[in-house]
Amino acid sequence: MNAAAQMRRPRVAPAPPDMLSRPRALWLFGLLALLFVVLLGRSLHLQWFDNDFLQGQGAARSSRAMEIPAHRGRIVDRFGDALAISTPVKSLWAFPDQLGATPAEMAALATILDTTPQKLAARLKADEDFAFLARGLAPETAERAMALRIKGLNEQNEYRRYYPGGEVTAHIVGFTGDQDRGQEGMELSQQAWLGGAPGSRRVVINRRGDVVEDVAAIRAPRAGRDLALSIDSRLQYLAFRELKAAVEAQKADAGGLVVLDAHSGEILALANWPTYNPNSRNKVARDKMRNRALTDTFEPGSTMKPFTIATALEAGIVRPDTVIHTEAGALTIGPNTIHDAHPAGPLTVEQVIQKSSNVGAAKIGLQLPPATLWTMFSEAGFGTPPATGFPGEVSGRLRAAKTWKPIEQATMSYGHGLSVNLVQMARAYTIFATDGELKPVTLLKTDGPVAGRPVIKPETARAVRHMLELAAQPGGTAPKAQVPGYRVGGKTGTARKNEGGQYTHAYVSSFVGLAPASNPRLIVAVMLDNPKAGDYYGGTVAGPVFAAVMGGALRLLAVPTDAPVDNVVLPPPGADIKEET
Amino acid sequence: MTRVSVILLLVLIGCALSLVTSRHHARRLFVELTREQAQARQYETEYGQLSLEQSTWGMPARVEKIAREALRMQPPGPGRVEVVELPGATR
Repeated sequence: MNAAAQMRRPRVAPAPPDMLSRPRALWLFGLLALLFVVLLGRSLHLQWFDNDFLQGQGAARSSRAMEIPAHRGRIVDRFGDALAISTPVKSLWAFPDQLGATPAEMAALATILDTTPQKLAARLKADEDFAFLARGLAPETAERAMALRIKGLNEQNEYRRYYPGGEVTAHIVGFTGDQDRGQEGMELSQQAWLGGAPGSRRVVINRRGDVVEDVAAIRAPRAGRDLALSIDSRLQYLAFRELKAAVEAQKADAGGLVVLDAHSGEILALANWPTYNPNSRNKVARDKMRNRALTDTFEPGSTMKPFTIATALEAGIVRPDTVIHTEAGALTIGPNTIHDAHPAGPLTVEQVIQKSSNVGAAKIGLQLPPATLWTMFSEAGFGTPPATGFPGEVSGRLRAAKTWKPIEQATMSYGHGLSVNLVQMARAYTIFATDGELKPVTLLKTDGPVAGRPVIKPETARAVRHMLELAAQPGGTAPKAQVPGYRVGGKTGTARKNEGGQYTHAYVSSFVGLAPASNPRLIVAVMLDNPKAGDYYGGTVAGPVFAAVMGGALRLLAVPTDAPVDNVVLPPPGADIKEET
Repeated sequence: MTRVSVILLLVLIGCALSLVTSRHHARRLFVELTREQAQARQYETEYGQLSLEQSTWGMPARVEKIAREALRMQPPGPGRVEVVELPGATR
């Protein structure tokens, strides 16, 4: 058994020559064990101590911060009809050097975007770093463009603001600029209310990119809130239409019209001309964007006279039937002389308003201490901003009483030497429309009647209201302000424009009135700047606008009539309507 | 002692499995919630577009133009208006 002997032989060998010696084996074991310790130590270190980096990397692959868009609130009129509304749109953009579009793809894209490849190329050339290929696209259009799968073409979600009212409500609502922030009008002043704050949250996504778990809300989104204005869209349109027609017919430079709710002080309509379209305002002059009724002042002229008379009635100096001698139409104070263009004989206080006598108003005003007259003007809201919540509204100018010279006191009695804006004027007339209360005016919707601040006694308010009614009748300065079916009262104003301290030959024609006179519901104030069609008297130029707007508004609001429908009595044709400037 | 260990082990396995299923359930519900939220946003957008459309179609300027031009309507003159007081109506 040679083989067997051979096989057995190694077993009996004392120590195979390739076997490790004992100390070497120990060495090796120690080395391997040390390596394990190092590995274990490293993993422990990563797990417990230096874990930020790896956890961050892991999170980046499975969790994301997701932006939650927030909507800007709508602006609606008093009935909830939208005047400004945001809808989502998409914009297409690219880094020009990374856009890998073939000419065929560019042509297809141009067709979808309703433009030409040349125009697209020009846009890409305009800025080397970043270019918008299209902005404010309807989501469906953007989807079709993205379906072309052009390399390097990206889309971006945006909101676009639309103004259904267009030029009719442009001045009140205003508009938003970049990033949906308010830039003009109520959009600007109510930014905090309207604007939403986009939120952000951390989510876990699976490998398909679907959100599978909400980890944490980083920032809760806050949606913008809707804003209800006091505007009545129907009256706003009526006011706008009539004002526009009047400005064009009278060849005036500009015009303004305010309709005020006499009970609540809400501005139901506020129209300006010229205007602009807020939906496409690329080349609109800043001038057209001004809300003149609130941001521009003018010398009111005779529309101030009722306040002088009311002060005198309150002070007990005159009664409505007190006779004032109008000095044959000229009153000299120092070096200055006040004129009535149409001299009349003695007039009662009522007739001073009815005929709008400057001399009469000045003589009554001069009997009052300056401080008393100033207090009345100030209490009626002149010299302080109307506080409608509109940005940039002005306060007008009413100088302190102690600086008044007698001639200035006389001219202020009939509305010269001070300045007002149209909304202030309309607000001031609330003291005659109510029983002597000045109502706070607002552009925001309010519920129900609002308490005002008493300024004059109810008897005084009623007496002046009667005088205003006389002025809007034959024999007064504004028979054209009459409205079928309603008793109206109002006062004309015709003032020469003062430019740089000099009175020019341009006029501001205005009319402020209220109706129904038995229980006034509305106040309408109209102002036309520099009518050049021949007429410039407030009664002739602004009176008919007042009648059209007041008549239409009362009918739309279904206010009960307080006169027979055949109440309008016009003076015979050719009769001179006497009015002072 | 061994028996207690075995029971505890079974309980542990049960807990672990229920955690897995409830976790899965939660994720499924969450996916559904996100989908519903997206749907809600979609409706909101649509509502905005529709109310924009309504406002645009219903603008008084447009209504008047159609009434005057297409329908040949005109406001009644003062003589053709009769004011009717509702019986018992308080103004």
